[in-house]
Amino acid sequence: MTDRLPGFSTLAVHAGAQPDPTTGARATPIYQTTSFVFNDADHAASLFGLQAFGNIYTRIGNPTNAVLEERVAALEGGTAALAVASGHAAQLVVLQQLLKPGDEIIAARKLYGGSINQFTHAFKAFGWNVAWADPDEIESFEGAVTPHTKAIFIESIANPAGSITDIEAIAAVARKAGVPLIVDNTLASPYLIKPIDHGADIVVHSLTKFLGGHGNSLGGIIVDAGTFDWSKDNKYPMLSEPRPEYHGIRIQETFGNFAFAIACRVLGLRDLGPALSPFNAFMILTGIETLPLRMQKHCDNAKAVAEFLSTHPAVSAVNYAGLPGDRYNALQRKYAPKGAGAVFTFSLKGGYDAGVNLVSNLKLFSHLANVGDTRSLVIHPASTTHSQLDDAAKVKSGAAPEVVRLSIGIEDKEDLIADLDQALRA
Amino acid sequence: MQMNHDAYDDNYIRSILNNVKSIAMVGASPVNVRPSYFAFKYLAQRGYDMIPVNPGHVGKELMGKPFVASLADIGRPIDMIDIFRNSSHIMPVVEEALKLSPPPKVIWMQLGARDDAAAEKAEAAGLKVVMNRCPKIEYGRLSSEISWMGVNSRTLSSKRAPIPTQGMRLSLNRTSFSGGQTAASDRAAKNKTETP
Repeated sequence: MTDRLPGFSTLAVHAGAQPDPTTGARATPIYQTTSFVFNDADHAASLFGLQAFGNIYTRIGNPTNAVLEERVAALEGGTAALAVASGHAAQLVVLQQLLKPGDEIIAARKLYGGSINQFTHAFKAFGWNVAWADPDEIESFEGAVTPHTKAIFIESIANPAGSITDIEAIAAVARKAGVPLIVDNTLASPYLIKPIDHGADIVVHSLTKFLGGHGNSLGGIIVDAGTFDWSKDNKYPMLSEPRPEYHGIRIQETFGNFAFAIACRVLGLRDLGPALSPFNAFMILTGIETLPLRMQKHCDNAKAVAEFLSTHPAVSAVNYAGLPGDRYNALQRKYAPKGAGAVFTFSLKGGYDAGVNLVSNLKLFSHLANVGDTRSLVIHPASTTHSQLDDAAKVKSGAAPEVVRLSIGIEDKEDLIADLDQALRA
Repeated sequence: MQMNHDAYDDNYIRSILNNVKSIAMVGASPVNVRPSYFAFKYLAQRGYDMIPVNPGHVGKELMGKPFVASLADIGRPIDMIDIFRNSSHIMPVVEEALKLSPPPKVIWMQLGARDDAAAEKAEAAGLKVVMNRCPKIEYGRLSSEISWMGVNSRTLSSKRAPIPTQGMRLSLNRTSFSGGQTAASDRAAKNKTETP
């Protein structure tokens, strides 16, 4: 065999999958089962005691899900991954391994509105505090570090405006603070950005978006970069201390550089319960096979649409990092040279009402609260995804009243431009 | 060729795991939540001839194998020494291993353990050395068995997977990302030491 690393497209099709041992099925079978038989009592005890690799119960692991996990780990360049029910579940499971009540994370202020809600309200009830920082001002991350800080959380390409985050600069802050950097890579997908190459210790995704790609299945995933030493001080006892639920096993000592993914599985997913359906794992795996093709088309279409809007008389501004004048264009050329993604915002001269009118006049774009579908999507964040924020927070997070967000699909770009043009003129 | 102990080629690890038959585990523990116990049991179930070495447990057995106090007490040739000790305790074990006749073929230092001076000494005597790795994890990764846990095996295969025996045992016969394929397949399956 040749001494070469397979390319991204090869991994997208093959990583983690192998013809089924009993039937020879080439596509990954859907193991739609709750449970798996043990060979004997010793085998069962070995599996429950984490001494053997294998399947017990689909809430802990499933062979279809395992193919998805290995595939995304390979695409991201991580040591291991854990698939869960949604992107939100991934964030919950990750932070459960890292935070105790009274601990805090530093999060970029520019995040998916759902993440802002989750961190602000749901996690606050667990005693997990969040300090917000501005991804455009690296010093604001440094200034937010306290003795209680346990992690830094950012998006690689940030919702809703498609801004590009300087991952390496924030990774340097995390290293100095001795905490892991968590990067939500949903809007970029590993085709555009591989955060681990830039210093991320943990990558999370909503698989629901570009990885699945077809708007038909929810899912989330956690990728362990294998880079963080969880035992160097006593900050992460879930990984460094003997675990009573496994008779005193220390997770990092036992599992080495994929200990975080194992902790998420055997302490997080097992006990919190947000398991991914094997059927959804199958749908998402099928989507990932075409990720490189789709993602390039998404980016090329988005750039064409952004260029069209930037000269349109009804439009006051376009925020798309792929445009030469955009404030994030230099970061885009560094971190995402193949394209700036397909989610971006633009502002209408007519303000809030013009936004509402545009959404109702579009014929091809679908008005819904998702991104990363084959279909082109539109939403008015101020009245939907970001509606729970006050006006000042809306502006700070890029969701001012006159702003419309697009997620550009893989249709013919001429049809998308024609639809936007007629709706802006209507 | 100077060995790069920061990043091993998969073929290097694979050839060691495919060729050694007997492994003396220094620092093996009879306590069933210790990593050494996990690794000992796993490797024994994959067909390796395992010998537990720990002076603190002489008189006891690990999976039916009696503990010995030292490498010299084994009394027969051994292919590989797997050292489950901290980095600071590696050198005396390597020195003891090099006094054996014949000497072992491989010195393996467990995950977290590394002593470059000891490695150099062993390599100068013609031994292969692996540091800061776990043979259980490496076997599981190269056979893709560990993929059941969502781990990136860094291997690909378009061939039908062998039907796992004993529920989980798979073959090392896969193509690594970094290249290399071994014709040696499931030695463990042929060389059954575990009771079916």
